[in-house]
Amino acid sequence: MATYTLAKALNDGLRAAMDADPKVLVMGEDVGKLGGVFRVTDGLQKDFGEDRVIDTPLAESGIIGTAIGLAMRGYRPVCEIQFDGFVYPAFDQIVSQLAKMHYRSKGNVALPVTIRIPFGGGIGAVEHHSESPEAYFAHTAGLKVVACSNPADGYHMIKQAVASDDPVIFLEPKRRYWEKAEFDQSDTPQQLHQARVIRPGTDLTIAAYGPMVKVALDAATAAEEDGRQLEVIDLRSLSPLDSDTVLDSVRRTGRLVVVHEAPVTLGLGSELAARVTEQAFYSLEAPVLRVGGFDTPYPPSRLEEDFLPDLDRVLDAVDRSLAF
Amino acid sequence: MTLGDIGVPVVPEPSGGPDLVQLLTPEGERVEHPDYPLDISAEDVRALYRDLVLVRRLDVEATALQRQGELGIWASLLGQEAAQIGSGRALRPGDMAFPSYREHGVAWCKGVQPSELLSLYRGNDFGGWNPAERNLALYSIVIGAQTLHATGYAMGMQRDGGEDAVIAYFGDGASSQGDVNEAFVWASVFNAPVVFFCQNNQWAISEPIEKQSRIPLYQRARGFGFPGVRVDGNDVLACLAATRAALDAARTGQGPTLIEAFTYRMGAHTTSDDPTRYRLASELEIWRLRDPIERVKAYLSRSGQADASFFDSVEEEAVDLAAQVRAACVDMPDPDPLEIFSEVYAEQTPHLTAQRDGYAAYLDSFEEAQH
Repeated sequence: MATYTLAKALNDGLRAAMDADPKVLVMGEDVGKLGGVFRVTDGLQKDFGEDRVIDTPLAESGIIGTAIGLAMRGYRPVCEIQFDGFVYPAFDQIVSQLAKMHYRSKGNVALPVTIRIPFGGGIGAVEHHSESPEAYFAHTAGLKVVACSNPADGYHMIKQAVASDDPVIFLEPKRRYWEKAEFDQSDTPQQLHQARVIRPGTDLTIAAYGPMVKVALDAATAAEEDGRQLEVIDLRSLSPLDSDTVLDSVRRTGRLVVVHEAPVTLGLGSELAARVTEQAFYSLEAPVLRVGGFDTPYPPSRLEEDFLPDLDRVLDAVDRSLAF
Repeated sequence: MTLGDIGVPVVPEPSGGPDLVQLLTPEGERVEHPDYPLDISAEDVRALYRDLVLVRRLDVEATALQRQGELGIWASLLGQEAAQIGSGRALRPGDMAFPSYREHGVAWCKGVQPSELLSLYRGNDFGGWNPAERNLALYSIVIGAQTLHATGYAMGMQRDGGEDAVIAYFGDGASSQGDVNEAFVWASVFNAPVVFFCQNNQWAISEPIEKQSRIPLYQRARGFGFPGVRVDGNDVLACLAATRAALDAARTGQGPTLIEAFTYRMGAHTTSDDPTRYRLASELEIWRLRDPIERVKAYLSRSGQADASFFDSVEEEAVDLAAQVRAACVDMPDPDPLEIFSEVYAEQTPHLTAQRDGYAAYLDSFEEAQH
């Protein structure tokens, strides 16, 4: 067992992926000498060279578009989009090109491209640096979308994403980059597209992913002081969404609160609420509640504490659910 | 103040301007160009002529099939045969081509079968060939997106070593796209072995070239740090020679080249378009005199490299091809409804499997109801 930050765990995971397969490339803005603005690619160019860790021009469509070509040639590019809000210039390349090539070509062209996106708020950044674009990508057939929440998952999930023959949008909760945890790299990882019950409970289920997992766990700890046993699920994979794990849980607890930073309308919470209503209606003791960002643009950072779901807003939703 | 006053060359007349590379005049006269010598046998010129005639026939037949309701839409290459056959025949088997959606002549050179080509426009699939087998990517409908794929693919070739190169096709309209400009930046700074082949057919649906650029397109290359050349896009020999030279430069580590094939779209943008609303018949007449096929025929006849029996045999072959194209189109079976769910992912998801099974059961319920 060793202690890692999420950033270091991702760095080790990328290093392992590059060691395992010479076709794996890392590309993006500032990923080389600087090691990425969050240092997730620190030292990789020094060890693997400029042909495998490629500092690119500053143009996101170009990063994804050339990665598609490299993948068609047999490479496995891992692209870094420096911040969530800058993924939009690459939107066509991701949703119209990357996502559809396997389908268009009847399976003849596989595009094993991983797109790493530091996402979410809470770091006091200026605009375009704190967004949660996951629903756009989870809505797009052909893409797989995952979000890690802790160092162990960061290490294993990035390796699994790079090894996947499908394009993977890999979301990294930037405000958790520096949080530490112990894990053993040799442990057998869970499958990439499975959710996980990370805290068992009997009274209510909270489903969260990425940066909100810690908030959900904190809420469960606080609720325990009031004698409430909350079950917490880390969704991990947003597309495909492992709703079975959530349904199993809801059939036991009868209640579900979904927590994410993204605006609630048409977000992951909406999808989970719909699936639970369709498939576990008679198990529900209360409507599925969503705690998320407001349906506004991400606000200036002095207001982000109001925008982002926090412990109290999650506990408020728990109270409302249990009051039904 | 005019553009000329501030040193910006005005977009030229159909002559293509003084920098136009031409090896065969519209009258069918063979001329030399110091930078593009072309040593070509009579047999090879005859083969090019055959290609030109056959792809025009394929195009005419596909247009007719669309009018008869057999194709949903068709993007005609009429007038651009020389640009596509000249560049397409410059490719070696290992060279990878990234087309837009009108490159039927390039597809022809890459051995794509009529049914594989027409299935896209019939609505059966998104292109019936395997890109890896033909070394031809699928058609790209979002204009310019494929230039980045081509550049990335070329970067992969660069890492693999070898002497293959990539060619990316796009049009004058696409030259305005951010992706094309990003592809130029990437290709330049990474010295990627890619040739950008722009067919400037003067019209992006109804938008004339003046709405895309204040300078001749080939001159843009200089701003990105690589050479640009304008060839007579209706001259199959010039297109062949210029593309061969650019591919050779790419193969030998000299990086990208932009070729602007100065040509004209004789037909509509697609069968859904009505060009009479935005361009004059007189313009069409000027370009009709620059027909890419007639000049090769005139050259072959006058120089005694082909006789009437040759032209007759090509014509017969064209008639046969038209019949094949028609049969390949109308005989194409409709796709299985459950193909909707196939190959969305390399690794299918449980959710999609469940959706497919649900739809299959729903379809079966109608079958059962009939029994």
